[in-house]
Amino acid sequence: MKKEVMESYWRSNVRLVLVLLFVWFSVSFLAGIVFLDFLNQFRFFGYKLGFWFSTQGSIYTFVALIFFYAWCMNKIDEGHGVEEE
Amino acid sequence: MTAQELTYLFVGLTFALYIGIAIASRSSSTGEFYVAGGHVNPIANGAATAADWMSAASFLSMAGIIAFEGADGARYLMGWTGGYVLLALLFAPYLRKFGKYTVPDFVGDRYYSQTARMVAVVCVIFISFTYVAGQMRGVGIVFSRFLEVDINTGVIIGMAIVFFYSVLGGMKGITYTQVAQYCVLIFAYLAPAIYISIIMTGNPLPMLGLGSTVAGDSSIFLLDKLDGLTDELGMRIFTESNKSMIDMFFITAALMAGTAGLPHVIVRFFTVPRVRDARISAAYALVFIALLYTTAPAVAAFARINIIENIDSVSYSELPQWFKRWEEAGLLAWLDKNGDGDVQYRGGAAFSPSKPIYSNERGVNGERELVNEATSGPNELYIDRDIIVLAHPEIAKLPDWVVALVAAGGLAAALSTAAGLLLVISTAISHDLLKKTLMPKISERQELLYARFAAAVAVLVAGLFGINPPGFVAEVVAFAFGLAAATFFPVIFLGIFYKKMNKEAAISAMLTGLVFTSSYIVYFKFIDPSANRSVNWWFGISPEGIGTLGMIFSFFVAFFVSRFTSPPPLEIQDLVDDIRVPVNSFEKVNEA
Repeated sequence: MKKEVMESYWRSNVRLVLVLLFVWFSVSFLAGIVFLDFLNQFRFFGYKLGFWFSTQGSIYTFVALIFFYAWCMNKIDEGHGVEEE
Repeated sequence: MTAQELTYLFVGLTFALYIGIAIASRSSSTGEFYVAGGHVNPIANGAATAADWMSAASFLSMAGIIAFEGADGARYLMGWTGGYVLLALLFAPYLRKFGKYTVPDFVGDRYYSQTARMVAVVCVIFISFTYVAGQMRGVGIVFSRFLEVDINTGVIIGMAIVFFYSVLGGMKGITYTQVAQYCVLIFAYLAPAIYISIIMTGNPLPMLGLGSTVAGDSSIFLLDKLDGLTDELGMRIFTESNKSMIDMFFITAALMAGTAGLPHVIVRFFTVPRVRDARISAAYALVFIALLYTTAPAVAAFARINIIENIDSVSYSELPQWFKRWEEAGLLAWLDKNGDGDVQYRGGAAFSPSKPIYSNERGVNGERELVNEATSGPNELYIDRDIIVLAHPEIAKLPDWVVALVAAGGLAAALSTAAGLLLVISTAISHDLLKKTLMPKISERQELLYARFAAAVAVLVAGLFGINPPGFVAEVVAFAFGLAAATFFPVIFLGIFYKKMNKEAAISAMLTGLVFTSSYIVYFKFIDPSANRSVNWWFGISPEGIGTLGMIFSFFVAFFVSRFTSPPPLEIQDLVDDIRVPVNSFEKVNEA
């Protein structure tokens, strides 16, 4: 494999991971812990918003993040010709 | 049939199922014994990972913790699911590409060092034994509560079952029994939750019922009602946090990084055929886990309301039957401080020490008499948090078959986790310690024999821990996560993402994490437990969350040491390049 292909593949991978980890951090550590009390002023159906993030919303987001990651990585694999049979 | 006969029936049927699967999927090579030959379907692996991961603690204790701690309990919800994001994005695909059998394998090969491999073996064995002791105890407790056999008999039956399918089947046998165990445990968890959600909110999905209005009055939301009740009775308000923000932050981070670094979870991703399967398999695993984890806070809130409404200000003589049964089991206690014969359930501890110590006498109302000293607060009731999942179906007056299911579910959760851990221990011994270090000349057949032997010994040791639990079992669970976060997380992460990471840096990073984290925990848990209060903690971080700080130190040490020592040999840097791409990078060179 060419060195440039490999480097560009790795860069796309790391960029994707950084973006997804930013979301991961925001829904759990920020919304569920740091801004919990602030968000609890708002309602989300029968929940206080901060409470919803820490007990429900963060978990749903984590699931979505991993599916999205798997889908994007398959595209990136194909784009660089390194997909598995 | 009575509830107890139904329980025997369900437990008997599920055990027969596990044994049947174990016989059908025996292992005949080390590859099958260690990683099921690498042929597991990603969805099946997801279900097996979920059962492997969700232990007696998730099934029996988590909803109880949330029921009594309210919003603070979210650290477990976020911590134990968020770790899968780290695992899926940072570890699983690369470790699958690396394609060996164990975590010490990766550490030993990537850091070209037997010392690093040995440090990893010690951490693996320590973390796994800590964890497995709790599982065997959980098996014993479920048996004794529901089947009215002695706890020790329960532990021995559990050992016999695990012995059978882990020694015989290895990873292959464990994988398919875990898939069955996942089905049993999730059904057992969801069925009562759905039932109760319909009764209390009219919504069949508990995760939505939690945010709905109460049945019969569409102007009151369930959570507002619970907040009102807890506030009125002088308890901590359910949806408000009480822990300090920094401690919540550090504990959640330690649980997340610890989850990603736990060897028995990582090794499950060695069992799928391809890198892309490892990625999607992590997603399926989290879906299966999220089903239970999003239901747990609903179970917690429903149970708390039911307990308050069924018990508070009720005369002891008129209490429901379940109260007396669990009082006999030692999980409930009542001290009639004001002598009015009614149970007052309020905020604060009822007596000190906080766990009940019964005398053999009966009080004037027929309650079990206590020798504890009354506190000055108005609360008269002690409730053990483990009661929530076990007793809630009864409290909510559900049919007997639902009550009986819970026992089968709790056993499935404990047995599946125990089996996964025992396999990791046996692999660490037969593969990493014997084959790769002490006796490299043994044949594959001998290695397989040693693996079965090590699994058998590990089951026996775990059973002994279950029968004679060292007093510190509950205390050291925080240890397992803290240590995994502070030792494995940094070296695996840097091993993949930082090519210049070398063996000196890896060994010093693991030792830093190990020594720092364990000293902090040992100091506050064993040497001076009376000092274990937030004023004495570093930066207000409890021993539960200290693994995060240990991990940060470990990262710093790794960077520092790697800058001042020589970079890893070229073939190791090539190895890192190779695990970063799904296909074999050398093959593609030849094609071009």
